This record gives sequence, structure tokens and C-alpha cells, in this order.
Amino acid sequence: MAFQQLTEIGKSASVQWRVIYALLLREILTRYGRHNIGFLWLFVEPMLFTTGVTVLWTLTQAVHGSSLPIVAFAITGYSSVLLWRNMPSRCIGAIDPNLALMYHRNVQTIDIFLARLLLEIGGATISFITLSVFYIYIGWLEPPEDILVVAEGWILIAWFGASLAMLLGSLSEKSEIVERLWHPASYLLFPLSGAAFMVDALPAAAQKYALYIPMVNGVEIVRDGYFGDHINARYDIAYLIGFCVTLTVLALAQIAVVNREITPE
Amino acid sequence: MIQVDHVNKVYPTRSGDRLILNDISFCLERGEKLGILGRNGAGKSTLIRLVSGAERPTSGNILRTMSVSWPLAFGGAFQNSLTGLDNVRFISRIYKQDYKDNIRFVEEFTELGQYLREPLRAYSQGMRARLAFAISMIIEFDCYLIDEIAAVGDAKFHEKCASELFDKRNDRSMLIISHDTGYIKDHCSRFAILDAGNMSFYENFDEALHQHNSNLDLNNV
Repeated sequence: MAFQQLTEIGKSASVQWRVIYALLLREILTRYGRHNIGFLWLFVEPMLFTTGVTVLWTLTQAVHGSSLPIVAFAITGYSSVLLWRNMPSRCIGAIDPNLALMYHRNVQTIDIFLARLLLEIGGATISFITLSVFYIYIGWLEPPEDILVVAEGWILIAWFGASLAMLLGSLSEKSEIVERLWHPASYLLFPLSGAAFMVDALPAAAQKYALYIPMVNGVEIVRDGYFGDHINARYDIAYLIGFCVTLTVLALAQIAVVNREITPE
Repeated sequence: MIQVDHVNKVYPTRSGDRLILNDISFCLERGEKLGILGRNGAGKSTLIRLVSGAERPTSGNILRTMSVSWPLAFGGAFQNSLTGLDNVRFISRIYKQDYKDNIRFVEEFTELGQYLREPLRAYSQGMRARLAFAISMIIEFDCYLIDEIAAVGDAKFHEKCASELFDKRNDRSMLIISHDTGYIKDHCSRFAILDAGNMSFYENFDEALHQHNSNLDLNNV
């Protein structure tokens, strides 16, 4: 019996993976087309963003309250912002243009989200790695002290972004207010997200509140892995994981509601 | 077999909830062909979407013990910004098929030539219908849901469709919607009329047609 259930689950998983793969390829084609560098835009675009911010911050000698070189600060900070901020933007309103595909019973709402999320995570990660390797190669950046801790922080930020994206994406099916509010919210959250400051540099009274913002914890972990003892990273990993689990549960519940109510065009 | 059991469908509208399907129950056996007549907005397409599984009933159950196609219509289920060939590849991937063979079949069936490399939005209605039908034929199902497939396209296309569906796949079940009563008569063995959310069944086509015409207020024509 248990074995039978396992094979059932295996079959479903293979169907779902097939659908996500097909959606992923389709998404790349519709989004980047076959013009100029095509699919390379996936990570060239975030690389341009991060490089631009790095240059700007270097020129303005941004005050970030630590002894870190600005390049290192900008790459870890801004790459993390792109990671969590782009996912909700891609998932809000994602269902509508794909309604025609819902005629195929195997294509589910969550597949559409997951395909977009994988693409977004892939782009941000390739961009982060490429830029890091490049700056390390030219000597503007020291190699990370502990690459596993960097990966841990990065994965947690991705999880946070993905669950937030699925929640907002499914809510946006019900009300367009979500889309209207996300734009200002994502701008306002940027300065609060830890990209441009270290928690340690904040006044002691503010540190506690800063750590209530989930992304701040994630960025601190990434920087902890990157710079190790050179900085004093502060984060609460249990809080971040708890936040992500809650968001994920809410998102899955909301997706179930969308599945029930969806009407293919 | 497809077992539709006490299915209701309610759509929320600006002027309150609207009951589209009211307690529908029927059974479609393997190989059986059921034709559905009804006025515009009677709920025929909604019923087909529910049977296909793309949409869920508000209450009631639909049990499928055979594979069911997506609704074969002249438009939907495809992506406008992609080319014809991209759509063939996408559908092949979803249904786990080798797209190379499928592309050959689609090229031959649609005779669209270079247009297959253009985005769908550049297609005319007739071209789109040809592509949609060809793509529908590359996946084999036990039951086909057909929503006005013969509404567009030229006589040659109709002939090809009929040969693919009713000659080569004569052993399959079908659920056919059409406003062309002759089409329903020729291809179905059992008939149903949807009117005001209620579904009534007829073994005899002439009785069904009589009722359908009176629903349409066509008695005196």
C-alpha cells in the first residue's frame, strides 16, 4: 500500500516536473524571444543593475557604517535585493496571461508560479556568482570566507522571496490592489532590507526592530559567510525560517483557493 | 466512462450569483457520442470545461475513468505570442511526446508552411483553427470534447477534420457542441439539450431538434 502510494507520488512528481520544464522553456521564449542576446538577458539584466549600483555607491562613497569595501558591500546587498524583490513582481498577475494553458489538466497554478520563480532565482544566482567571480578575479573582492554560509543565506532569501511571490501572486488574482500596493511597498522596503546597512552599525535600540524584517536576517547571513570575522553579523535564523514557513503555508492555501475558482478564458 | 454526478456551477456576476448548470447528471460510456444543443449562453461550453477538468464544479462530482482531451475549439489552449511550432513543442512536452514526429504531422495536416514559424497572432481565424485542430490530433485520448470545431475554415479543412475524428477515431467517446444541428445529427448517437441550466436527454434526434427549435422560438420558420 505504502509502496503503491510512493509510485503514485513519483508519477505525479514526474508529470509536474515535465510541465514546469515545458513552462520554463516557454517562459524564456515569450520573455526574451529569439532576438539579440535572447536568453542571456536572464542574468545580464541583474548584472547591469548590480554593477550600476556598485558604481553609484562607489562614486558617492556611500556611508554604510562599516569598514567593508563598497564593492563587496554593494554586490552582497544589491544581489540579495534583486533576488527577493523580482520574484513577487513576476508572480503578480502571472496567471492571467496563462489562462489559456489551464485547459491542459496537468498545468496547475503552482506550476506557472514555480516556472517563473525558478527562472528568477536562476537569473539572480548566475548574476551574483558571475559578478563575484569577476570582482574576485580582478582583486576588488576577497573570496568568501565560508561559501556554505553564503549559500545558506542565499537559499533562505530565495525561499522568503518565493513564498512571498506565490502568496502575492495568488492574492492578485482576487484583487488588483495587490499589484498597486506592491510597487510602492517594494521601493519602500529596499532601504529597509539590509542591502545598504549592517545591523551592527545601527543604534542599539534600532537593531532589535531591524531584525524583525526577514530580508535583513538573510542579507546578514550572506555577509557573515562572505566576510566572516571582519564584520559582526547579527541575525536570527529561527525567526527567518519561521517567517518563511508561515508565508509558504499561507501561499499554498491561497493557491488552493485560486485553483477552485479559476475560469479558463 | 465519464460520470457526471449532480453537478452545479455558479458564476458570480455584478448582479449576484448566476446558476449556469443546475444539478446535471449523466454518464458517457466508452465509444458513445453525445451531442449537445442549446442557445448561446446556455452553459454548453461551461459544461465541456467542467468535464475536461480545466474548471471545477461549484458542487457535485465528475469521475473520469478514461483519458479526456482538452476542449477542441478553434481558438483556446494556445499561446498567441509563440509560433505555431513553439506551441507544438510545448504541448508535446506537457504530454510527454516526441515533438519531431508531431511537427511533421502538423506541417502536413495544416499546410501552413512558413507560417508555422510566425507567432500565432499573425494567423487568420482559419489558419488558427487548422493549427489548433492539428495539435489536438497529436495526442491520443479516449474521449474528445469538441466545441464548435466546424465553425471556421474551408470545406477542405472540414473534410480533413471529419476524417481524422470520425473515421480514424470512430471508436472513441465524444462530447460535441455545435449550433450546426446537421453536424450533431450526423455524428452523434445520443442527444441532449441545455436550457436555463437544465439538461434533458433524447435518444431520437427529431424530438431533440423539435425541442431545440421551440427553445429558440423557431417553430414558425
